Amino acid sequence: CFSDLDTEPLNKRITTSTSVYKDPASFKQFLAKLYGAMTLTGQRGEYGQPEINAPDEGTTSFLRTYWSAQEITTDECISAWGDPGLTEFHGQNWSEQNGYVQLLYQRVFINIAYCNEFIREVTPRIDGLSESEQGDVKMFVAEARFLRALYYSFALDLWGNVPFVTEADAPGAFLPKQISRADLFAYIQKELESIEPELAAPGMNEYARADQAAAWMLLAKLNLNAEVYLGAGNTRYTECLTYCNKIISTGKYSLTGQYKDLFLADNDRLRNEVIFPIAEDGNNGRGYGGVTFIIHAAVGGSMDADGGFGIASGGWSGNRMTNAFVDKFADPSGNTDHRAIFYTNGQTLEIDHPTVFTEGYLCAKFKNLTSTGVKGQNPTFVDTDFPLFRLADVYLMYAEAVKRGGSGGDLNTAVDYINQLRARAYGNANGNIVAADLTLPFILDERGRELYWEAQRRTDLIRFGVFSGDAYLWDWKGNVKEGASTQTHYAIFPIPASDRAVNTNLVQNPGY
Amino acid sequence: LLATTAWAQSRTITGSVKSADDGNFLPGVNILEKGTSNGTVTDAQGNYSILVKENATLVFSFVGYASTEVQVGNQTTIAVTLSPDVSTLEEVVVVGYGTVKKTDASGSLAVVSSETFNKGVVNSPQELIMGKTAGVSVTTNSGAPGNTSTIRIRGGSSLSASNDPLIVIDGVPVSNTNLGGSPNILATLNPNDIENFTVLKDASATAIYGSRASNGVIIITTKRGGKDFKVNYSVTGTMYTAPKKVDVFSGDEYRALMNEQFPGNNAVLKLLGTANTDWQKEIFSTAYGQDHNLNLSGTAKKTPYRVSVGYNNTDGILNTYNFKRTTASIGLDPTLLDGSLKMNINVKRMYNQNNFADQAAIGNAIAYDPTQPVYNGNKRWRGYTTWTTGGPEGNSINLAPGNPVARLDMTDNTSTVKRSIGNVKFDYALPFLKDLHANLNLGYDYSETKGHNNVRDSTQWIYLPTVAGGQINPYTATAKNQLLDFYLNYSKELPNINSKIDVMGGYSWSHFYSSGADSTMNQKSEAATRVNVYETEYYLLSFFGRLNYTYKGKYILTGTLRDDATSRFAPENRWGLFPAFALAWKINEEGFMKESKTLSDLKLRLGYGITGQQDIYGNDYPYIPTYTRSDNAARYPFGSSFYNTLRPDGYDQNIKWEETTTINAGLDFGFFQNRLTGSLDVYEKKSDNLIAYIPIPVGTNFTSSLTTNVGSMKNRGIELNLSADIISTDNLQWTVGYNVTYNKNEITRLNLSNDPNFIIPLGNVGGTTSGTIQVQKVGYSRASFYAYQQIYDTNGKPIEDAYVDRNNDGVINTSDLYVYKKPDATVYMGINSRLNYKNWDFAFSGRASFGNYVYNNVAANSTYRTLYNSMEYLSNVSKLANDTKFTTALNTRFSDYYIENASFFRMDNINFGYSFRELYKEKLNVRIGAGVQNVFVITKYKGLDPEISGGLDNNFFPRTRSFFLSLNATF
Repeated sequence: CFSDLDTEPLNKRITTSTSVYKDPASFKQFLAKLYGAMTLTGQRGEYGQPEINAPDEGTTSFLRTYWSAQEITTDECISAWGDPGLTEFHGQNWSEQNGYVQLLYQRVFINIAYCNEFIREVTPRIDGLSESEQGDVKMFVAEARFLRALYYSFALDLWGNVPFVTEADAPGAFLPKQISRADLFAYIQKELESIEPELAAPGMNEYARADQAAAWMLLAKLNLNAEVYLGAGNTRYTECLTYCNKIISTGKYSLTGQYKDLFLADNDRLRNEVIFPIAEDGNNGRGYGGVTFIIHAAVGGSMDADGGFGIASGGWSGNRMTNAFVDKFADPSGNTDHRAIFYTNGQTLEIDHPTVFTEGYLCAKFKNLTSTGVKGQNPTFVDTDFPLFRLADVYLMYAEAVKRGGSGGDLNTAVDYINQLRARAYGNANGNIVAADLTLPFILDERGRELYWEAQRRTDLIRFGVFSGDAYLWDWKGNVKEGASTQTHYAIFPIPASDRAVNTNLVQNPGY
Repeated sequence: LLATTAWAQSRTITGSVKSADDGNFLPGVNILEKGTSNGTVTDAQGNYSILVKENATLVFSFVGYASTEVQVGNQTTIAVTLSPDVSTLEEVVVVGYGTVKKTDASGSLAVVSSETFNKGVVNSPQELIMGKTAGVSVTTNSGAPGNTSTIRIRGGSSLSASNDPLIVIDGVPVSNTNLGGSPNILATLNPNDIENFTVLKDASATAIYGSRASNGVIIITTKRGGKDFKVNYSVTGTMYTAPKKVDVFSGDEYRALMNEQFPGNNAVLKLLGTANTDWQKEIFSTAYGQDHNLNLSGTAKKTPYRVSVGYNNTDGILNTYNFKRTTASIGLDPTLLDGSLKMNINVKRMYNQNNFADQAAIGNAIAYDPTQPVYNGNKRWRGYTTWTTGGPEGNSINLAPGNPVARLDMTDNTSTVKRSIGNVKFDYALPFLKDLHANLNLGYDYSETKGHNNVRDSTQWIYLPTVAGGQINPYTATAKNQLLDFYLNYSKELPNINSKIDVMGGYSWSHFYSSGADSTMNQKSEAATRVNVYETEYYLLSFFGRLNYTYKGKYILTGTLRDDATSRFAPENRWGLFPAFALAWKINEEGFMKESKTLSDLKLRLGYGITGQQDIYGNDYPYIPTYTRSDNAARYPFGSSFYNTLRPDGYDQNIKWEETTTINAGLDFGFFQNRLTGSLDVYEKKSDNLIAYIPIPVGTNFTSSLTTNVGSMKNRGIELNLSADIISTDNLQWTVGYNVTYNKNEITRLNLSNDPNFIIPLGNVGGTTSGTIQVQKVGYSRASFYAYQQIYDTNGKPIEDAYVDRNNDGVINTSDLYVYKKPDATVYMGINSRLNYKNWDFAFSGRASFGNYVYNNVAANSTYRTLYNSMEYLSNVSKLANDTKFTTALNTRFSDYYIENASFFRMDNINFGYSFRELYKEKLNVRIGAGVQNVFVITKYKGLDPEISGGLDNNFFPRTRSFFLSLNATF
């Protein structure tokens, strides 16, 4: 009878950790989790079996919550839902109790823990594999390290000083130590440099898997923001240019013909411009996070959810833009600069009540329709991939690094790159600029026009020093209609109280 | 020496022992030569034989009978008739693995027997004992027929593990995990079959159930066959009504309000219709139910039997809701092997069919625009008025409220539950040592559910898997639980030392298995991506023992030890040892008390014990590192292939027993020949290594929160039970019972660092995507409310979105939330009365609850902001919106304004009856009765009903007020 107590799971979808690796297919399935955790929320489609506890499982999606932190806190987006966490985002008055900050933090570190487990468990098993499998699995481990570096780079950007765990820390009851922002920066850089030779050559991996270009892109972004992460004077614009040039010089990448196609349900074809996507599929990868959230939350008012966006199940009337952002386009109709994909029918420009969705212009950039107008496979869960890294951003980084004094690039090339973007946007040369136009404020605005709603804005505003404080006010910043100055410490998020309460090694960021 | 003894003229006495009650011979009667340890026991025919000395005195004793002493004198045959001990006969109570005389009980326990049950309760046995005893709170969870109830004994002891008491039915502990599609774990039982409920409250009483007893134990004993053949038939007819509706704006009022709020705004006003629809009236109606029960009992070939069948068919007040139940039970109590083997055989079966109405219709009926008609003649949406864009035939607005009538009409949500609980108990008096009994109990509890929740296509509220494609959602669930108990019981009088001992030791094994499956597809059986299959099990093993030692009949010491193992924990943490001790002093037996004319009974009880908890919700393998493969709807693409993802799961290899230590001091008392009896208990329950679901340091595991042992919680309380026979004459009897409980719950520790600011949010607020309104926090009661502190204007009206900056940092944000009140009652009481006058009887029972608060989510959702949604639909709200007139309502849902005092008094039951006695050759007794349940409620709470288990009031299925007529005939 005592042996009755030694039970093992009966459910066929659950395997103990000791036997799971006997199946060689496990390696790639586990790798799929490391990538899938960028958008999916658990092991059951739609909802169910989540890894993070939340009243609404959709809010535990990395892309959903990261997007909210990068966009709703800025001029590009204001939410109408009135959820306390989101109201604090746009008002820039969040506390260490903010639920969305906590969910994002938990998600980033769970994904890091998955990567650590992969590296820890898979590496020693490589020798036991057949030769043909060994090459594949070695590359899997390199990609796991890339993803861990990517997640740590988000942590670096959002919180700065964070708990630090690697594959050396076996799971269990221990309190991770806190790493300084500078040390974390160095760690990420070193990891990316060391895995570079083990990753696939640019564009040569399977779609949606990372390659060398993805690692270079991450290095370019790190170095562009180095002064924010390492303190005044620690600029690395030259290094940023080095990595931008590496990507451009592969010759693999070019701008896709139509700007709007980048955000449609068949954008997985656009590997020429998209360097690293987060993949979505309405049948096989269902959840209420990711691009499903981005599209649904943007749809409401008099928009045609079915015909116009391919989501017959309807919009969620959540996110739209501030006046301040709409004003970045001289002509918001989209007739001049085609990147202004706004919806204005039935909407007032001015927002008097943040919770009234018909106030403010709507964003119609992301759709669950293909470039030929065919609806996605599912009326709720979208097929539209999220272009996390794309060439246009490389061009913009190049221009900015040159303007900020980096060497390895030149102004004329920078102007040319920007004009490539603008020529595509205008459909002609009317929007082209000359070298004198290429100022830093212009670059910030141009990044907004090109990359709005692509989860870049908060980082950009911080790098330009206009996120918190009063250098730039947009409507409802500080929860005041005209916009109000906010305290500077909001440029880094607080370590959530939930984690500081259980991990006594953690020191709170200043100001909270 | 032998010769000398023989010479002292020993003599063999023979004879038989009968019961004065029914004249039957009594087996197992103890016969003792007074002043010696020489004794014997009567055999199965009631005969005995004993060798005694000259001039001996024999003492005949038997449980439930008054002892008799007989001087041997010169007799050789002595026949004795024992009379039932009236003072104790009815007070033998069932405790774990045995029985005890109520007067000898050393732990805190209470018995509610059938005569005090609430009458008219036909489909939820829990309601029989509502308000009947201190320390036990029973809250029905809705007004649906056959609904569940939340039972809490002394407040519950856990945070995330189960807080439900262990329920034992005729010796079979039933699992408290509810199967999908099965409304109520106790619905298997026909209330008519229940003889009594014994509630074990403190650890000294419950410890024998060790691993499953931290939240108290409820032992349900069913009726048994008696000596005479009896046929009993009862029928109850009930009419159910909704006592109250949510006060929403009528069509005309709504039009007026909208014109006032959106003057000249044609975009909004054009959405208004011309109808005056009372949507609540459209979905609720008076419902009827019938309950029949027929049972036969008696003794056939010396085997007492009872056979019972029952049928219940009850409609819900929410249209389309129906509950049907057929029950059958058989109880046999054969005695074999010349009386040395007693058996009890029980089989209970239930066949239950449910038609569940879509309860979302309740919220929709409040929110649906009252200016719209039920039907607007469209073709696309089956004629039901539906929120659409571009005219009645246009696309639906899926997040708008669904048409409540369509919700009921188009939903086909039925289940069939079959359940069988049975056991056979053997009690064998070992031939070589009559005082030693071997007991074996083999039991099972199997259930099987099949059901579906289907919705027709062309309905607006179903958009998954395909928009307006309807839904087919079949499910099955199976549970198979098995039980084996074996124990030895030795009971011996030790007259030399004026003592009695009762020793029991045994072993228990139980296995819990459940499996099930469900899937969802559209009405064309397409898109069935979401398929769920589960199968899980766990085992419990225990060794247990108990010693009862009685000295001089008035000092009673009980010691209990139980060693439990669960398959849910790792081998090194698997076993938990749970001791308990109790001491009882029957003070009234002391010489100095015997003279008292007023005080007729007085007993002091002291108890201490530890019980364990391992009932973790939803995971039978929490310590094992596992990986879970995703289903086909949670895959990720590489290239053009999709891969099922493989996830390491969170686990806690160190998870171990939660332990609850209870200290209890109690006084049982009786005054005026026990015309007034009662008990007073003071207790403290402290749970350590609390199993809680808490956030863990990020990066250390594969989940954000883990079920682990952390923290401590305390319950302290006082209970008083009183029962008074105020009038007791031949023609008139009046008994009044009253009980009151004070319980204070406090979380004393929540994590290792013991950070006082640490909170665990919970309590999802309806109408938000992720807002919560409750927390677990050290220093406060479990699940306390956590809100912004509202600021009021000089007229006492809440100022919209103005809150107190509690931490004075100049910013109103989530760090200004504070703990405000709690959902659990501080004091609750019950009062009941029974009056008999000649053939008339009249009874009532009621309950009061104080200090319980409810978050009025219906009111919080009722602001003017809600009236118009920019997705182009309108919503009605409760008229409570007029009290606040909030229009922007950014954070108002999280204002403490909506946390209301929900103290109440509820008259649960009033009933009366007339009995025709001894009709038809004096053999037929008939009682005709009538009554009302949920008669009235007195409260200041502004919502529908103040009694909300858990404290979140969001579109509650209203408790019914029911009127019943019953007839009960016994032949």
